[in-house]
Amino acid sequence: MAETKARVARPLSPHIQIYRFMLTYVMSGFHRVTGAALYFGMLLVVWWLVAAASGPNAYAKVQWFMGTAIGRLVLLGFTWGLIHHTLGGIRHLIWDTLHGFGPSEREWLARATLAGSISLTLVVAIAAYLVVGGGR
Amino acid sequence: MDSKQLSMKTPLGRVRGSGSARSGTHHFWQQRLTSFAGVPLTIAFIVIVIALLGRNHAATVQILGSPLVAIVMLLFIITMVYHMCLGMQEIIVDYVHGDLIKFLALMGNTCFGVVLALASIYAILKLSFGV
Repeated sequence: MAETKARVARPLSPHIQIYRFMLTYVMSGFHRVTGAALYFGMLLVVWWLVAAASGPNAYAKVQWFMGTAIGRLVLLGFTWGLIHHTLGGIRHLIWDTLHGFGPSEREWLARATLAGSISLTLVVAIAAYLVVGGGR
Repeated sequence: MDSKQLSMKTPLGRVRGSGSARSGTHHFWQQRLTSFAGVPLTIAFIVIVIALLGRNHAATVQILGSPLVAIVMLLFIITMVYHMCLGMQEIIVDYVHGDLIKFLALMGNTCFGVVLALASIYAILKLSFGV
């Protein structure tokens, strides 16, 4: 049965580049990308906790890094990713109940996820600036 | 002779575990369970972090080590590390196809999660008990 080993050039299903741009598939991609980013972003949370447990010197290093421009940008990105992935997850939980699959519903859900994640990130960022500006 | 008639296994027993995933809906269910639990825990985590922003080390240790905050942080870390490892496992099996590299990536994924969870749990308990 040697011929069964020969590779047959089977047709492959087309990938995303042939489809018309749609917000829903972009949001699907965002969900996975933010999930993967948060996976590595969790290192920051662990660094923060271990530093707090280690002592004032280690904790000062974390505080210094989070105060730099890059640190604040990373924190802003982490915050947006966390909120976006959470809202995207709620969208998936709604879909698990077999609701929200209609053409207008899924479009509305995708827009709401994006609008919600951006506005909530701004709220958190403003709250953070108010807290830090409070002079602790 | 049809082997089906000779087997004492039930039809369900014969097919169980022989799908490409080797298991049923366990992965899916764990993912949903941790995402459901993750919603309130994530909100709590964000509130805790904002409350700790800009505080010095002593104040941070006092707040992070207080029972309610520590328990919520432990729940957040354990839930999220499990959730993210399930998610990364899905990404790996989607995109990594070589057998050796795939198993190495899956092992690395598990090790990454265990190290992160253990380090965080140790840190939170140390903050709580002040050893």
